[in-house]
Amino acid sequence: MSQEHIEHAIRKEYAAGFTTDIESDTLPPGLNEDTIRFISGRKNEPEWLLEWRLQAYRDWLQMAEPAWAHVNYPPVKFNEISYFSSPKAMKDRPQSLDEVDPQLIETYNKLGIPLHEQAALAGVAVDAVFDSVSVTTTFREKLWEAGVIFCSISEAVHDYPELIKKYLGSVVPRKDNFYAALNSAVFSDGSFVYIPKGVRCPMELSTYFRINEANTGQFERTLIVADEGSHVSYLEGCTAPMRDENQLHAAVVELVALDGAEIKYSTVQNWYPGDAEGKGGIYNFVTKRGVAHRDSKISWTQVETGSAITWKYPSCILRGDNSVGEFYSVALTNNAQQADTGTKMIHLGKNTRSTIISKGISAGKSSNAYRGLVRMSPRAEGARNYTQCDSLLIGDRCAAHTFPYIESRNPSAVIEHEATTSKVSDDQLYLCQQRGLDAEKAVSMIVNGFCKEVFRELPMEFAMEAGKLLEVSLEGSVG
Amino acid sequence: MLKIDNLHASVENKAILKGLDLAVGAGEVHAIMGPNGSGKSTLGHVLAGRPGYTVTAGSAQLLGQDLLTLDTEERAHLGLFLAYQYPVEIPGVSNMEFLKASVDAVREHRNEPALDSVSFMKQAREACKAVNLDQAFLKRGVNEGFSGGEKKRNELMQMMLLAPKLCIMDETDSGLDIDALQVVADGINAMRSPDRSFILVTHYQRLLNFIKPDRVHVLSGGRIVKSGDHSLALELEERGYAWLEDVA
Repeated sequence: MSQEHIEHAIRKEYAAGFTTDIESDTLPPGLNEDTIRFISGRKNEPEWLLEWRLQAYRDWLQMAEPAWAHVNYPPVKFNEISYFSSPKAMKDRPQSLDEVDPQLIETYNKLGIPLHEQAALAGVAVDAVFDSVSVTTTFREKLWEAGVIFCSISEAVHDYPELIKKYLGSVVPRKDNFYAALNSAVFSDGSFVYIPKGVRCPMELSTYFRINEANTGQFERTLIVADEGSHVSYLEGCTAPMRDENQLHAAVVELVALDGAEIKYSTVQNWYPGDAEGKGGIYNFVTKRGVAHRDSKISWTQVETGSAITWKYPSCILRGDNSVGEFYSVALTNNAQQADTGTKMIHLGKNTRSTIISKGISAGKSSNAYRGLVRMSPRAEGARNYTQCDSLLIGDRCAAHTFPYIESRNPSAVIEHEATTSKVSDDQLYLCQQRGLDAEKAVSMIVNGFCKEVFRELPMEFAMEAGKLLEVSLEGSVG
Repeated sequence: MLKIDNLHASVENKAILKGLDLAVGAGEVHAIMGPNGSGKSTLGHVLAGRPGYTVTAGSAQLLGQDLLTLDTEERAHLGLFLAYQYPVEIPGVSNMEFLKASVDAVREHRNEPALDSVSFMKQAREACKAVNLDQAFLKRGVNEGFSGGEKKRNELMQMMLLAPKLCIMDETDSGLDIDALQVVADGINAMRSPDRSFILVTHYQRLLNFIKPDRVHVLSGGRIVKSGDHSLALELEERGYAWLEDVA
């Protein structure tokens, strides 16, 4: 495909909505034990992992799709999805960027992913996932010097089998929920991070995901283990090309923060949300969870603007005494998007603390729900939670819902919950316009102000991107 | 500068302005007084282009341009500024960010180069000082948790930075103590220039002791029923509005 061809393929409505015609090695649609054997075989996985996948598949067959979320969509036909796809040119894994198919690099550049010198300048290591196979990982060597492991999970299975055996499924068990079980059975690839004892990861780790094959479900699996006293900040950014068919994405992310460790996990999610009527778009059913051991801290920050449907609850199990969990979220829905998102803070240890700041923004005729659980176990002496849950409505056809679940079994635990719902008022818009700002700029500024407490938590480059993303996502929401 | 002919306007189908005529020359200060409900604030909002305020007849021109066909922000770009009687709060959006965006938008439409951050900061600090607001206000949310007087001074600060051609001050003096009133009046006086005009909407003569108007108009029943010089304001203070309503 020529340069002009690619240029031509870019659609104005959705900047990332183009596809690359790299020949793919794609499994026909359908799911059975042979599918799983194929995936596992292609990856030369050890026997134990194949068994692990098969067990997950058998569990999955017994499970039902959850129906409690505040979202509506036609049933997903799991047998019409293809469960494996890898760009053919990537069969023999490239050893350096020079060996990477230039067309892939071109695609990444179009998406603004800093893979080449940009990455060096930004000081970011990128583990780019093109469909299901990790294509290239930068800065491996520099990280290696620090003792940090940052590689695809397929590689980790071969190179660090003990770590994978010990931690895979340790936070999100195989049969945790319907989508987690599906992911466990068919997960394609993803990232693995290990930070050794006492090491502060020398750079932000960043992964970009991209779904490229039509009808290919993408099943990412990410595992981050921060050993005692270590520190890591991980960034995840997502974008996908335009599709008419709905695409399923069921990822699993597991975080393990051992004693005194700190993991900061930031996400900007900008998948195709479907058109104004809700046609197309990604179904984003994700399980993200971290276990925090003694004196450790896990912090989730997410900015969710994409996907037709978002079903996502990044959670913390505060197992160790004095551990800390944080959840900062901005979820924006426009047009016909639906989001049911929030968190779970499970306080098991003494003096555990958690903070939840959730900002939901609904525009168009979208529906935006916060669902959060705060549980204080009987031995969570002196545990504390603070939850602030704000909703902002733009226009009068959208909806905002809040479903807080609070369970306290320890009388010394303190739980605070604050919630507000507000509208972008006509008077605010009038003030902005009288001062020379057009309505869209005004709304974007008001919304950014509303989200400030969350954006503050994002790494700098992400905060900028997030602000821009909101502006783009809100286009056409006023007027 | 501003020329209004036979302006009729309604809000929620209720006629408020009923044939208002007004001409304000460049560099002039006009005071508009009148009883409650006479349409003083409505005039400002109609000129500024507030949604829901419908012009049913008449015309209004600013600098020779038909105001009534322009969008709210276009009127601002042209140089119209309305200092609100009740400024709204915009939580989370810092005053600084808001002002920079406003100034950028207005300058862009005037084909003036954008101010770099350093020059802008300098101007913003000076404006703060001029209205006797601590610089910390630049970092706070727009009007968020400001007292009544602070909000009014914040309006004045915005006006200074935007350097408009026509300033409409909607009861800027209401709710101000005497010291704050002095600050606001000093600010307005400092901004007076041959190519800038002011319309001061007020209930009270006392503001006009600080800012000497060229003309004073009495608005009643949606029309200007009497015009005069500063002495009219003094007379109104003494006699009230009732005698004028009889005239009308």
